[in-house]
Amino acid sequence: MKTYEQINGRIESGKAVVLTADEIMDYVDKKGLTAAAEEVDVVTTATFGTMCSSGCFLNFGHSKPKIRMSEAWIADVLVYTGIAAVDVYLGATQLRHGDPANMYPPGEFRYGGGHVIEDLVAGKKLQLFALSYVTDCYPLREIRTYFSIEDLNQATMVNPRNCYQNYNVAINCSDETIYTYMGQLEANQKNVNYSSAGQLSPLLNDPYYETIGVGTRVWLAGAHGHVYSEGTQHASGCERTPGGVPTGGAGTLAMTADMKQMRKEFVRGVSLRGYGVSLALGIGVPIPILNEDILKRTCVRDRDILAPVIDYGNDYPQNTGKTVCQVNYEQLRSGEIEIKGKKVQVGSMSSYYKALEIANLLADEIRRGDFYLTRPIAAMPKDSGMKPLLKREQE
Amino acid sequence: MSETITRKLMLYFPKCECEKPIIYHLVKDYDLIVNIFRAKVTPEEEGYLVLDVTGTEEQIQASIDFVKTFNVTVNFSGKGVTRDNDRCTHCGYCVPYCPTDALIITNGATREVIYNEDECIECLACVRVCPFGACTAAF
Repeated sequence: MKTYEQINGRIESGKAVVLTADEIMDYVDKKGLTAAAEEVDVVTTATFGTMCSSGCFLNFGHSKPKIRMSEAWIADVLVYTGIAAVDVYLGATQLRHGDPANMYPPGEFRYGGGHVIEDLVAGKKLQLFALSYVTDCYPLREIRTYFSIEDLNQATMVNPRNCYQNYNVAINCSDETIYTYMGQLEANQKNVNYSSAGQLSPLLNDPYYETIGVGTRVWLAGAHGHVYSEGTQHASGCERTPGGVPTGGAGTLAMTADMKQMRKEFVRGVSLRGYGVSLALGIGVPIPILNEDILKRTCVRDRDILAPVIDYGNDYPQNTGKTVCQVNYEQLRSGEIEIKGKKVQVGSMSSYYKALEIANLLADEIRRGDFYLTRPIAAMPKDSGMKPLLKREQE
Repeated sequence: MSETITRKLMLYFPKCECEKPIIYHLVKDYDLIVNIFRAKVTPEEEGYLVLDVTGTEEQIQASIDFVKTFNVTVNFSGKGVTRDNDRCTHCGYCVPYCPTDALIITNGATREVIYNEDECIECLACVRVCPFGACTAAF
């Protein structure tokens, strides 16, 4: 048994033993659970993938004379201005003005909110164009100017849903190619795409949210941020394997961090042909090894994690709730799985390579004493469900 | 008899050279086997061509010298499709779409996506599917 204080004490003295979730299983196999739980202080987990529910609040400061922005665009991408005068929210999936979207399908979706966020973090100069309906206190009618992230008072990433605990594997059982947020899916079950870091993924290593909760310090694209809430659609009351691993989406995290501290290689605009734009993010979450049970759950392997194969040609869009079958991540990573006796090629939307890089970067930061662990100030809901949207007539 | 080898070349034809049957001479006069992957003539009448040539080292060298007399630029390393290593996130999304395994994960532990240019047949599938715009076509 260890406490957060003891672990942080060992980090401070430079003696913390930190392993990645990729290394811990073999370590525990070699040392035994009890000895390893004594010895290991932290296991680092990570993921890198497309996370659509991401965005940022930006504050521009005041022009002379002042403006109360009622409509605004950054690099021609619309931002939300229904908050204070020069605060805006920029969402990852907002498409650039004038993009033909899927007018001539499949559209290319070259630039949008995610790309603006990437360009901001990369330090590029971008155009701000804003209009106002004019008030006595804010007389300026419009402004067109150029700014970089350094010019902003605050650039705070606030993501309502990141780090899905597990995720669907997408297949297409229809007889036409389809273009989805899970990529291009060929007709007649020719390929599948998955999107999870599997055994390295944060919530798959802490399936019951014992250490990850509201207030947990996280590594968000290189910045030190924190979990501010359970993520939207957090549905922890789901089916689980005997080891506690959810067999579907399940938990999610809402997180925030200062964009000025982020590294551009972990904040990347995404263009999904025929679907839209988004943002890929790199996230690292440390798990304090407080006891043997917590350590045991970080030893989860790809072969122990099941994901549902869902037909995006019919069942997903029609919300039928049907599953084609279940597969594990070891099978997925082999590059080929068998479905209904037929060999199907596998692609990944999530980068294990980058996730591994992040888990190692975070482990190094902890070993150097640059990153400390926090005890959550509130736990994540343990048994929440997910409600559907009902179509009702007006009463 | 020298050993037969295959080399991949990208040729750029300036406007004035586009109407000359240069590839015909590679076959007829230099006895080369040619396999054209991709060719394009722009509205400005410039031409691009990516091809494999198979023959002896001497035949290939002589043919390149011949091609160069037409003001044609021969590029040995820069192929028609390039992968920007900074933009690639190694997600592996492109891998199943690549018909020749030019884009492939060989190390199951790191899951790095390798791009083997020599295997690329310039189908441009990766250019279309990459969510990060890591793969681009020269023409």
